[in-house]
Order: sequence, then C-alpha cells, then structure tokens
Amino acid sequence: MNYQLLYFASLADRAGCAGESVQSDATGLSALYEELRVRHGFAMEPARLRVAVNGQIVDWSHALADGDEVVFLPPVSGG
Amino acid sequence: MKRFALATKAIDVVAEKRRLDDSRAGACVLFEGWVRNHNEGRPVIRLDYQAYAPLAESEGEAIMAEAMARFELRAALAVHRTGSLAIGDLAVWIGVSADHRNAAFEACRWIIDEIKLRVPIWKNEHYADGESGWLHPDNTPVETSS
Repeated sequence: MNYQLLYFASLADRAGCAGESVQSDATGLSALYEELRVRHGFAMEPARLRVAVNGQIVDWSHALADGDEVVFLPPVSGG
Repeated sequence: MKRFALATKAIDVVAEKRRLDDSRAGACVLFEGWVRNHNEGRPVIRLDYQAYAPLAESEGEAIMAEAMARFELRAALAVHRTGSLAIGDLAVWIGVSADHRNAAFEACRWIIDEIKLRVPIWKNEHYADGESGWLHPDNTPVETSS
C-alpha cells in the first residue's frame, strides 16, 4: 500500500522533511508508526501521539486504505 | 459562519471585534495571547508556529460551535497566527459577546483552553543561546533525543 505521510514539529525535524510517500505492508496505524520509527528514529511513544487520516482524527484501531494521507500528531502547543 | 481562522499575517483586531457586534449583547470579553520573551526560565527571541491547516481549521470550528452550544453567547470568534512571530506579537485573539458577563468570561477562558489542548498547532521557541525547541501544551520542552 502507498501512504502520504505529513510530519509536523519534532517529527518533521527528526524525519528531515515535511512529508513523504511511503510504500508499506502495514494496514494498521501502530504497525505503520513502528516502521517509521525504525526508518527515522522517532523517539516519541505512540501513547503520546494522536493520529489523523485524510484530515480527520481517528482511533489507533482505524484500518488504512491505499492512498490515505496519514499524520501522526505530536502533543500540540498552540495558544 | 466561519468562527475560527488561521492567519499568516498580523490579526486585524478592530475588524474582528466588529464582527462581535450584537445589540442584544451586554458583555464582550477579548483575550490576546502575546509572544513573551521568556519560557521556563530561558530567554526567548522569537517563535515559529506550525499548523496542520485543514485539521486545525475543522478542529477550531468544532471548538467554537461547542462554545456556542455550551454558553449563552451572541458571537464567538478566534484567530491564531502561523509563521514566524517576534516578541510582543499577537499570537492568538479570541472574542466573545454575550447578554451577560459571566457567560462571556467563562466562554473566553474555555475556548483558549480547548484551542491549546486540541488544535494541531505547534510552537517552536528560539532561544537567546541559539538553540530552539518544540513545546508541549504545558510549555515544557518536547524530548526529541532517542
């Protein structure tokens, strides 16, 4: 499957890019994040992240589809 | 009606406040969040705000709709800056109008707290010593080392 990843804040710094297209066999968010952790060395534990798929906040149990835009959201700090 | 916006340039607070006008309202509470020159004891020279814009806008709108349902308001608006900001710049503006002051004070406070918790916007502080760092909602640094 192909996913469009977007990165923000500390994850963007660590990945060294704002986004990328990723080929993966992962069909779940946890498996996809683990792959990205290996690739980019993300230190942040999944328990501290929220996830958005195609612009909507979803549960970690959400099933992915080919072509999905996936964003792992670090704790926010607006305001 | 759109109640939440991201702004890449300075917020026009006069124009925003005019949108709160309602002849039934007897109270208006405004909140301005400013860029301060220190955090957690470190001198700060500027900030960058980064947003995941589509979700920030939908989440921001959801907060404003919840505020309208939760409190007795006539109007509620919020604008959040993105990009690079200097010390003293206006980072976030919130305005509410209501028939009575209690609802206006409570709603304004509730809205800024929810924005800080939920809207996907991230603050990167640049320190006087040349370092920079992303922050958590409580303004403590994100631990990025593995």
